[in-house]
This record gives sequence, C-alpha cells and structure tokens, in this order.
Amino acid sequence: MSPTGEAEGAARAEEPAGTAGRRAPTVADFTTANEVRWCPGCGDHAILSTMRGLLPALGVAPENTVVVSGIGCSSRLPYYLDTYGIHSIHGRAPTFATGVSINRPDLSVWVVTGDGDALSIGGNHLIHALRRNVNLKILLFNNHIYGLTKGQFSPASKVGTVSPSSPHGSLDYPFNPIALALGAGATFVARTIDTDRRHLTATLTAAAAHKGAALIEIRQGCPTFNNIPRQPRGSGGATTENDPASPELGPIRLSPGLPIVFGPNDQWGIVRDPNTGELVVGNGGDPRVVVHDPGTQNSTYAYALSRLAETALGEAPIGVYRSVSQPSFDQLFQERLATARPGGRGELRSLLTGSDSWVVAG
Amino acid sequence: MPTDQLPERPDGVRRLENVVIRFAGDSGDGMQLTGDRFGAQAAAIGNDVATLPNYPAEIRAPSGTVAGVSSYQLHIADHDITTPGDQPDVLIAMNPAALRANITELRPGGVIILDTDSFTELGLDKAGYEVDPLTDGSLDSYQLFAINLTGLASAAVADHNLKRKDAARTKNMYALGLVSWMFSQPIEDTADYLRKRFASKPDVQAANIAALRAGWIYGETTEAFATVYEVKPAALPPGTYRHMKGNKGIAYGLVAAAHQAGMPLFLGAYPITPASEVLHELSLLTSYDVRSFQAEDEIAAIGAAIGGSFAGMLGVTVTSGPGMALKSEAIGLAVIMEMPLVIVNVQRGGPSTGLPTKTEQSDLLQALYGRHGEAPLPVIAARSPADGFASALEAARIALAYRTPVILLSDSYIANGSEPWRVPELDELPDIGIELATEPNAVDEVGNPVFLPYARDPATLARPLAIPGTPGLAHRIGGLEKQDLTGAVSYDADNHDLMIRTRQSKIDGVDVPPLEVDDPAGPPGSGADVLVIGWGSTWGPIGEACRQVRADGLKVAQAHLRHLAPLPANLASVLSEYHTVLVPEMNLGQLAGHLRRETLIDTVGYNQTRGMPFQVSELASVITRVIQGVVDDDTPEQAAVGGNGAAKVVGDVTARLTAAKAGVGAGGKTTVTHSDATREAGR
Ligand SMILES: Cc1ncc(C[n+]2csc(CCOP(=O)(O)OP(=O)(O)O)c2C)c(N)n1
Ligand code: SF4
Repeated sequence: MSPTGEAEGAARAEEPAGTAGRRAPTVADFTTANEVRWCPGCGDHAILSTMRGLLPALGVAPENTVVVSGIGCSSRLPYYLDTYGIHSIHGRAPTFATGVSINRPDLSVWVVTGDGDALSIGGNHLIHALRRNVNLKILLFNNHIYGLTKGQFSPASKVGTVSPSSPHGSLDYPFNPIALALGAGATFVARTIDTDRRHLTATLTAAAAHKGAALIEIRQGCPTFNNIPRQPRGSGGATTENDPASPELGPIRLSPGLPIVFGPNDQWGIVRDPNTGELVVGNGGDPRVVVHDPGTQNSTYAYALSRLAETALGEAPIGVYRSVSQPSFDQLFQERLATARPGGRGELRSLLTGSDSWVVAG
Repeated sequence: MPTDQLPERPDGVRRLENVVIRFAGDSGDGMQLTGDRFGAQAAAIGNDVATLPNYPAEIRAPSGTVAGVSSYQLHIADHDITTPGDQPDVLIAMNPAALRANITELRPGGVIILDTDSFTELGLDKAGYEVDPLTDGSLDSYQLFAINLTGLASAAVADHNLKRKDAARTKNMYALGLVSWMFSQPIEDTADYLRKRFASKPDVQAANIAALRAGWIYGETTEAFATVYEVKPAALPPGTYRHMKGNKGIAYGLVAAAHQAGMPLFLGAYPITPASEVLHELSLLTSYDVRSFQAEDEIAAIGAAIGGSFAGMLGVTVTSGPGMALKSEAIGLAVIMEMPLVIVNVQRGGPSTGLPTKTEQSDLLQALYGRHGEAPLPVIAARSPADGFASALEAARIALAYRTPVILLSDSYIANGSEPWRVPELDELPDIGIELATEPNAVDEVGNPVFLPYARDPATLARPLAIPGTPGLAHRIGGLEKQDLTGAVSYDADNHDLMIRTRQSKIDGVDVPPLEVDDPAGPPGSGADVLVIGWGSTWGPIGEACRQVRADGLKVAQAHLRHLAPLPANLASVLSEYHTVLVPEMNLGQLAGHLRRETLIDTVGYNQTRGMPFQVSELASVITRVIQGVVDDDTPEQAAVGGNGAAKVVGDVTARLTAAKAGVGAGGKTTVTHSDATREAGR
C-alpha cells in the first residue's frame, strides 16, 4: 500500500476499503493482546466489547480503521483494538483525526474521548470538527467526572458535585453535550448508555453509516469515582408512579417514527406547547404527543428534546436526536483536489519558474 | 548612491554600481505594491535586488500620522548584494508623515521626491510638523523634487470615470512611473501586471496604467530632472532567475520537497503575521496536490499535520512565535511518536504579541529547548529570502529520513524581503523519498510474523513507518513511553532511559554538513584572528560588513550556521582556531549561549532587538573595533555582565544605565561586551 498511490495516478477509493475477497474479519481480528486496564465494573469495558463486536460487522478491514483518542481512562481504548491508532494528547484527538480523515477517504476514522477531554480542554476542537462536518465518529464517554486524574468534577458534572477539587460542591453549570453538538451544527447526534449493549450497538451502527461528523454521547459509569445510577428504563428498577423526572425511570428512548411516550403504561408523553412551541411533558394519551423524527433539518426540535433533561426529566433521552445529510468536509476537500488537477498533478518546474522569470546567459 | 560613484556618461545617463531607494507613504497609499513592482522591474533587467518592506502592525493606523507610515526599501546593484542597504539614497515621500519618519535615515545629499499635495496645514499638523519643512530650509542639504504627484496623477486619469478619491489613489503608480524613468527601468512589465491585477475593473486598470505612463512621461518631458541613472545588470551565475520573497520561497521549497519525496503535501495552519503568506501561497497550489487546511487554532493546525503525516502525507505546519508556544505539547508528541513533520516558525518581535510586523531572532532557544521532557529535534534556519526554498527542502529531507519533527526558523525580514533566486533544474533537487513499511519486520516467539514499529535502521536510528491501509502492520502509538522495538506502552525505568538516549542519539546523528569558513586570508588558524558567526537572516549584513572591513585592509573570517541542532561536527574545532568569535544576533545572545553550552567556547556578542535587520555600517564598525581590540570591557558594569560568560551582553541596557547615571544620553547604540577570561577559554 502506498500512501501516495494517488501521486502515481491510481484512483483512490472514496469509501473505506472493505474486506471483499478476504475472509470476513472476526472479533479476534480487532482484538489486541494487551491486557485491558480499567477498574472492574467500569463502563469502558462494555463499550470496548461492543466496539469489538461491532467493527467486524461494518465490513471495513482492520487496517482501514483508525481510532484516535485524547487522554483519560476512556482514551486508552485504541490500545485494545487491533486497528491503526493514535493515543494523542489531552483534548486534541479531533485535530489528529481530522488530518487523517480528510486526506484518506479510504479510512474509517473514530475518535474516543471523555467528558473532560472533549468538553473541557478540547471543547474548541470538538465544536470545529462538528461544524466542519469532518467524517469522524466521535464517541464521547461521559462519566461526568475526570477519571484518570482521580475524580475531579468535569464540565459535565452537575452543580454541587463534591469532588477532591470541589469539596464543598462545584459551582459551575455543566454542558449538555447533545445541546452543544447541535449548537455546533452536528449532522448526527445521538445518546446511548454503556449498560445497554443492544442500544449501544444500534446507535454506533447508525453513526458508522453516517457520512459526516457523528457525535455519540455514551453515558458511562465510573464506579470508582462517580457511581451515577445506570440502569436503563425498563431494566427492572423501581419506578415512581407520579414523577416523570424520577431517576429510577431511566432515560426516555427515542425511536424514529414513534410517538415519544414513557413511564409505567406509557402514561406520559412529550408534547409541544402550542403557545410557546416548547416541548413539555404531558399526558401519554394526548393526540399532540410528538412523533420522533431525527431527520428534521432544523435542529430546534432536537435541541428542545436535549434540553428536557434540565427542565422536565431526570436525564436526556437516549437514541438518535439528529441525523441529516450534508456533504462532509472530507468529500468537499477531496473534490476540490480532484477538480484542481483534472489532468494530473501540475508540473513542478513550471511552478518554480513562474511567469516573471528571466534568463542570465552563461 | 553614490552619485559620486561613477562619472556621468556623455548621454546624460549616470551609471551607478548600486542605489538604495525607499518608497514611503501612508499605509493606504500602496507603497508595498509600488516597492514590490520596482523590485520586480529591477530584477527583470538583471540587477541584483534586496528589499525591506516595513509597515505598521495596524491595518490602517490613523492616516497622515507618523504611526501610519508604511515603507518599502530596495537596494539594487550591478553586483552581488545581500542586504537591503543601510541608508536610502533616494526617498519618495507621499506625505509629510512619510518625510518626517524617514528623513533622518536619508543619506546626506540624497534625493527626495515628495508629493506636495498633502503639505497642507492639516497634513503638517498630523505629521507633527510645526513649521513646513519645504520652507524652513531643513531640506537644503538634499536634492529636493517637490511635485504635486496627486494632482498630476488625478489630471492624468481624468478621462477614466473614477471618483475623485479613486483618481487620487493612482498617485503611487504615477510616482512609480517617474522613479522608473529616473532609473532607466522599462515599465511594460508593471503595465502587464496592472492589466492582470485589475482585470475585473477596467476603469481602475486603465487609470493605473495611464498614471504609470504619465509619471514616466513627466520625467522624460520636464526639465526638472537633470540626470537619469542606470544600474547595469549584475553578473549573476547563468540560469533562470526569479524575484523571490522568503515566505514564497519556503512555500515552494515545501512543494518541491513533497514532489521529491513522492508524497502529497499537507499543511495545517492558523493565520498569524508574518507566516500567513506561506498558508496563502500553498492554498493556491491545489493543482500540485498541495492540501492546505486552515485550522481553528495552532494546536489544531499541528494536530492535523501530525495526523496527515500518520496517514502518509508530508505534514507541515507554519506559524510565528505565539503559535509556536501553543504547539509545543504537540511537538513533544511528534518527537515521541517519531513522526516526520516540518514546523516553520517565521519569527517576529516577542514576547507575546510583541512587535508582530517586525523582525527578530528571539525564538532560537524556544526552538532548541522549548518543550517539556527530553525532546530533542533538529533545528535549521534560512539565511535569506532566496534561501527559503533550499532550507525548506532540507528541513523536509531531515524530517523524512529521521522520522522526526524539524523546526525551520525564518523571520519577518526573510519572509517579506525579496531577492533574485536562481530557479533550480529539477534534476538538481535531491531525492528525499523514503520507503514505507509494507511487510512485517520480525517474528514473535512462536514464529509468527510481526511488525515492530520501533525497530531501528542501524545507520540513522530511524524507525519504520507503516501507514493506515497497510494490512498486517496495524499498530497504535501515542504519547506514552514506548517499549523499545514493539512500541507498546512501557513504564519500565530502564526502557525509558534507553528510549530517551536513543531519541537523543538519533538527532545527534543527523547528517549535517561541516561548517565552512569564508576567509580570503586563509583557512582557520592561518587567516584572520576574528571570526564572525551568525545564523538566520543576519547572513546578509554580516557578509557585507565583512567585505567592507576587508576592503579597509583588515582580516576577518565569516561563518554561518544553517544547522543549529545538531551543530556541525567541526564547529568547536573551527571556533577554537580564532582569537575572538563575534556573534551578532537580533536577540540578547541566544546563539552565543548555545555555542558556549555545546562547545565551551565563549564569544563576544553584539545584540540588538530593534525590529529591523542590522545595518552593514554598524556591523562593520563593530567588527573593526573587535579586530582592533576595542571592546568595552573597561566599563565595570559590562565586565560584570560579560564576565561570567553566562549572562551575555545586555550591553544596550548597561550602556544606557551607565549613561543615565552619568547624565548623558546613550543614543540607543548597542554596545559590545566582552569577557577576557572567557576569551582565553576560546583559544
Ligand atoms: C495538557 C494536559 N493537562 C492535563 C492532563 C491531565 N489529565 C489527563 S486525563 C484528564 C481528564 C480526563 O477526564 P475525562 O476526559 O473525563 O476522561 P476519563 O478519565 O474520565 O475517561 C486530565 C485532566 C493532561 N494529560 N494533559
Ligand atoms: S477511574 Fe472510572 S473511568 Fe477510570 S477506569 Fe476506573 S471506573 Fe473507569
């Protein structure tokens, strides 16, 4: 394989090179021999094993998969996947991944990041990768805490979080990663949970199929520093008959084409307030219950959904909030290159000579 | 000029060996374009040319004020020159502020051409003149040509449908036409240039060309100018030449490097003066498979470049000092990942925002040492605008061959200055391509083929590079310490020590050509007693100063460092052959300290940070004083400063402090300091 295949005139694949004609890759092909070093019970284990199960099914060869991470517990993940990988520096993973992805449309590029990595030190790069619609699948492992540095509050932590650096409770308001991604113009935004393997697999599969930037917030448990309640809705946890915001209910699940109803016997639903246009919790039987449509171009609806977490619900719903099609930066970047040199690469000597040169005779 | 240089020829054309011309006006007057065109015209008729643009940091400082003056100085000659000249012989001043800001630098007896249009009460007031210099006799010692350039230009373009203000703006082309006539330069190239530049605005195009012609004709037909000057073509070595700016030279050197490596070029950059132009130039070259990416900040820019390198591109990032500071963590990552990467720092005055449009060489220590951990990397520096090309190619060669980030230092003077550049033939360019790994390079304990990303080439210590898409070689690398050979994460103490030493040895072993000394009096040890050594853009002024000193009958040797890390292997032995080593720098002694650290040889510093290149006359006088043993180590404060050898040459401040104590103005002159004790060590 030559990186410069193109320089020699060979056509470059526009799609990640598949495994056609080869034995289909297995979980083992995506698994390294490295010992996995996360705390027992850490949500990262489940996400890793989901990734290992998922990648062979995507039809992209391991060597055409690149996983780029920042720094944090979560960012160790590339070491455990037998693909090309960069364990980069804190917060900057999207930048390295951008350099890989836009130059090599034949690769499938994933970013693994934590809530500190992505939302604090790397906030700038995250919003710009989303804004540009770089063809990256960004997995934001959100444990609402800085794990690797031993438990300080993060930009995703709730106000009042008690941690070593906030012994009297944190004062700053958290980011809502979904709202942030939507605000940055992300074309694919989803939320899922480490403990629900089926939901996780389905969400990541949908993200992998998306052409452009995909931000997937994965609610991740950190039993060591931040044991947030993690049981998904319907997993047998106790429910509260009269409180739609009860954490025990687990998050609402969003399914395209279905009305958004939840609670015991679907007694509650998300309805649009006809006066303000805002989304509110109403009666599950109300005919105005919203039917979920992640394909809505205008992101106002998805944004309102994400904000329910702060107003009416215990936490943000899970599922795909937004999935719209828009040319990726990678595609535009490659098209610009291709149209600029229809007859092959320009001749170097004529560039160097220019039109304003003169000759000194010998 | 030397009007006294050569006798007037019978045809009334006076031949000059060289002349220094400065165009000065308000930032909005188009002086940069005017100077640039004059330089291109001179280059096209075969003169050697060196230029020095100088402009305010603000896009539009208050018009008519001294703060808003923009200028462009050109040195044109019939022989090889390397500096834009110390003092202008000819000053074109488009307003009172331009006159005021530049008159003190004009050579006594020099020529002033000024636009009288704005010598009004208001114009004089804005410039801070209390009395009109046109009438108070203060310009008597110059040859003054006071002409209403604005008025004449406006009249010349009256037929072209322009608003009054736009008509007046053609005054720069009128002035260019006039000065071109004065120096016997054809203006057709400039007319062609204007045709292209204003192709979409026919009225503006026609008016500018008309003004240019009218200026020329004014010279030809009025009797105001008695003499026409001419600078004959310089005897340059045969070849195809081009007028080249440093920033463009670096851009082209990078394109050539990618071509010679058989890789696409990928640039990640964030705009910053004076480096943005490299981004602009490269952004034009999509058809050469140059991929340029304007990132959200300098960190993202280098991150993307490293990602590009990882993916098989020639990764490059360009910036200036503040951006370098932001990149330092990622540079460390490239060091430990051992990724090829070219990092260009076009230096400007610092610290912080400092003097963003002025030149300085104060990022040398940052380049050499400005990372945490043991993070060695090669550092090289361009010495002139035309050298931008070759030095960029050299930076890329080292980066690829040794799988390492390389810092290429340029500066604002090189970036914006220009001079003739001989266009190389393609077969003169080195082949810098590298073999990428395609196969496993080892077997594991049970005999399965494996890829060891940190196995090394025994000669260069370079590691194999396998890029994504290569089956069987998938591997993961990052910032954590790597186990030797496998590249797996390793916290082992002995391994860390080994890897640190290995990375250092690799850089120490970069093939760097030996230092050459220019001394007509003989080889080191048998020629001059004094060696002047520099790095970067001081090459031109130091070289011309040495030639002047030699013309005065003194002996002096010159050497210039392109490679600052690693240093040439013969450096210490060369330096030790001289009684005194003089190091002029546009900083407070960064190379001097580096030399002492690396060679244990102490040097004499000559330092200034005034945002402008050294003047040749200034350096010539310093060199002469050093040769004659006249150094200021009799001043107690300076002896103290110079005496410990470590804190070098804060001469200027010391001189001022001394002068202030004694109640005299120090006049801002930099002082040479010297340490006797360490001079002995230098033997
Ligand atoms: C420049 C820099 N600053 C600080 C750190 C220390 N650091 C490493 S990871 C981290 C936070 C990790 O939190 P998060 O991104 O939420 O990941 P988690 O460990 O929780 O998966 C910090 C502050 C660093 N490595 N680099
Ligand atoms: S500290 Fe938390 S996030 Fe890190 S490995 Fe342990 S459980 Fe997981």
